[in-house]
Amino acid sequence: MTADVPVLAARRFSKTFGGRTVLREVDLDVQPGEVHGLVGQNGSGKSTFIKILSGYHAPDPGASLEIRGEPVPLPLGSEDPAKLGISFVHQDLGLFEAGSVLENLRVSRYETGLGWRISWRRERSLARQALLRFGLDLDPDQPLSSLSDVERAMVAIVRALERVGEIRRGLLVLDEPTAYLPRDSVERLFATIRRVAATGFGVLFVTHRLEEVFAITERVTVLRDGRVVDTAHTSTLTENDLVARILGFLLGSLYPEAHPVEGEAALVARDVSGADVRAFSLELRKGEIVGLTGLLGMGHERVPYLLFGAEPASGGRMWIGGREWDLRGFSPRHAIASGLALLPGNRLRDGGVGLASARENITLPTVARFLSRGVIRDGEERRGVLRLMDQFQITPAEPERLFATFSGGNQQKALVAKWFATQPKILLLHEPTHGVDVGARQQIFRHIRDGAAAGIGVLISSVDYDDLAHLCDRVIVFRHGRASAELHGAELTRERILERCYGPTETPTRGG
Amino acid sequence: MKHTVEPRTRGAAPTRRLSVGSLGSRYGLFVAWALVIVVYGFLVGDLFLQPRNFQTILSERSILLILTLGMLPGLAAGEYDLSVASTMGISFVLVGWLNIVHDWPIVPTVLVALAAALLVGVVNAFVIVVLDVLSIVATLGMGTLLAGAALGINNLIVAGVSDGLVNAARFKVLGLQAIFYYALLFTLLLWYVFRFTPLGRYIYFVGLGRDVARLTGIRVNAIRAGTLITGSVIAGIAGILLAGRNGSVDPSFAPGLLLPAFAGAFLGATTITPGRFNPWGTFIAVYFLATGINGLQLMGITGWVEQAFFGGALIIGVVISRLAARRAVT
Repeated sequence: MTADVPVLAARRFSKTFGGRTVLREVDLDVQPGEVHGLVGQNGSGKSTFIKILSGYHAPDPGASLEIRGEPVPLPLGSEDPAKLGISFVHQDLGLFEAGSVLENLRVSRYETGLGWRISWRRERSLARQALLRFGLDLDPDQPLSSLSDVERAMVAIVRALERVGEIRRGLLVLDEPTAYLPRDSVERLFATIRRVAATGFGVLFVTHRLEEVFAITERVTVLRDGRVVDTAHTSTLTENDLVARILGFLLGSLYPEAHPVEGEAALVARDVSGADVRAFSLELRKGEIVGLTGLLGMGHERVPYLLFGAEPASGGRMWIGGREWDLRGFSPRHAIASGLALLPGNRLRDGGVGLASARENITLPTVARFLSRGVIRDGEERRGVLRLMDQFQITPAEPERLFATFSGGNQQKALVAKWFATQPKILLLHEPTHGVDVGARQQIFRHIRDGAAAGIGVLISSVDYDDLAHLCDRVIVFRHGRASAELHGAELTRERILERCYGPTETPTRGG
Repeated sequence: MKHTVEPRTRGAAPTRRLSVGSLGSRYGLFVAWALVIVVYGFLVGDLFLQPRNFQTILSERSILLILTLGMLPGLAAGEYDLSVASTMGISFVLVGWLNIVHDWPIVPTVLVALAAALLVGVVNAFVIVVLDVLSIVATLGMGTLLAGAALGINNLIVAGVSDGLVNAARFKVLGLQAIFYYALLFTLLLWYVFRFTPLGRYIYFVGLGRDVARLTGIRVNAIRAGTLITGSVIAGIAGILLAGRNGSVDPSFAPGLLLPAFAGAFLGATTITPGRFNPWGTFIAVYFLATGINGLQLMGITGWVEQAFFGGALIIGVVISRLAARRAVT
């Protein structure tokens, strides 16, 4: 990448919305064959930049854009990016769920024979070729719904490339494609991305996950408050360097310090069985943070729901607070009364209601607290919520704002606040940092640690091995519904977890 | 000019600070009602504006308002009960049949009529909550069944309801019939529950996000069943009061109130707390519609007017509610 003409050269991109400047003089270039990372907090201007490239926004005057060395007039119309060879894959993938792989790939570019008839044979073979070019051995007639999440993401990428057709040295913009993918499948996706780059395409890769920046990007640009803080070769940065640039200050550490664990048991579960889980037993002590992990479908992701009574258990007994329970008749009501709290993985379906206000969501389990003489006291409720918003750093601190309008990180903090307000003895979490940015993640970890220090027993089911390695006192790896390994102390590292997930004789392979 | 003002009602207001625009949407229906009155005042004149006319408007539609209010808890919990009007019809017919045809004293009559409504509610709740049948489908069937059953019980119009009931419905305070005050009482009661009690909160959450409600320990099925039964019982009360107000019973009358009730509920959801079913909004909506129809009738346009109004109101109500909800999230 020396004297090559960059695929994309954006200069002095700025954007002001009615008095608020969200993007300031951003310069960014992507070389052919380069995977270029774009990172920044929510509100740093990342999505505004992407929206300018896709033609959704017009940049302020003074900006210039060159594609493959040719100047391009701004603002871009909605048809221009495809014509210029720029294609996008967003978090929601934009795929047509009810269709087949073929229909999704070719939907805008059907080859027609005489009289507008679609030539399916030709379509099928073109689709298969396109997929194979990127290492995907899929039957084009397969329904999209039968694919795994990572295969879907790869189909979305191939489709994005198909859209720009014959153009070489185009630009593929990936906007957080891995946010909802299981960690262990991400490598397969990266293999596809590397192949894309190898064909001469430039790739602009937006992510919240720092380890992905280190895994796949050659250079990374950090945005903060709408400005470029730095563009650097990834190999010259450490994780702390990157975090410091993103947040503007050194965290000290992304993960707070460990605290010694008390001896007393907060929860004991024996022979818990349910869908995907077989005879799992656990002793969770007060102040202990235990992680559950494994490959997807191995059962660890069901345990929090089984213990909370959210999913039907086929067997198991549980002791909490001196009382014994048969998990078969256990319900969330029993769980909450026993001092359990659950933060589900699917935030907007199970965690909080988007169309209700933050206040209503946060106070839902504790609203009876504000009852006085048969009436909920508005003022007290509001004050209580503002206190929680301050304590849990939820911004903006507007209780009446609809829950859906908060960023993912703030939504999750609000749900953490909701459950901490119930003063739980046990906190169960499933994928607590899905779709949550770095700053919010750190804040949530601190609250979990503080809770543990105050005596709460914490159980986290996650496939984020880094989080688990840094946050947990011990991690239990699941295979086929049972605990197959337990790691703690010096053994508790990301690599060791990976090894145990795949089994002693298998090692994770790189590439699709 | 924009100020930040704490919303008077619970937090369903959109995210922006209060501005003239959003105040407009919150009280829009009320303003529309006032406008309609002014316009008819010009077009129709004294015939419309005289106090007796307003007394008629308010008294006549009180039964409809009670029926509509009864539907609100169910709707807020996400259940569509298409059988409420026919349930009202059953209670209505039973009063006629027992009290008039068979000369029963009024008190046992009322009790049986209420029990019938309660039974309907319990059966609906069983089919919908326990057997897990979609509420729209189950109650459509039940409603049709009940409409037929009403005619089966007694298919003639009968007159001569006991004085006790008639007076209870018709006695006037400040020129308005008692049923208006019963409707007002129900409005206040529902307002209290929805606005000021945890139960009201829970009902909304069951309707907006059933899984969230369940995982927060709310008794989802009990609430769904309870709201359905409440709707049926209130429908029964409406039927009984109707018999009192009319003094006679027409067995085919009640089912026709289903659409107006839905229209009132949905139109009411566009005001006070836009996007959510609420009692005061329903109160305003029903009387707004009644006023609209009344003025047109006074101008000599009759017959098709009612249906057009209610049908149109239902469509407008749903559209505006959707827009309000969508806009609040962007």
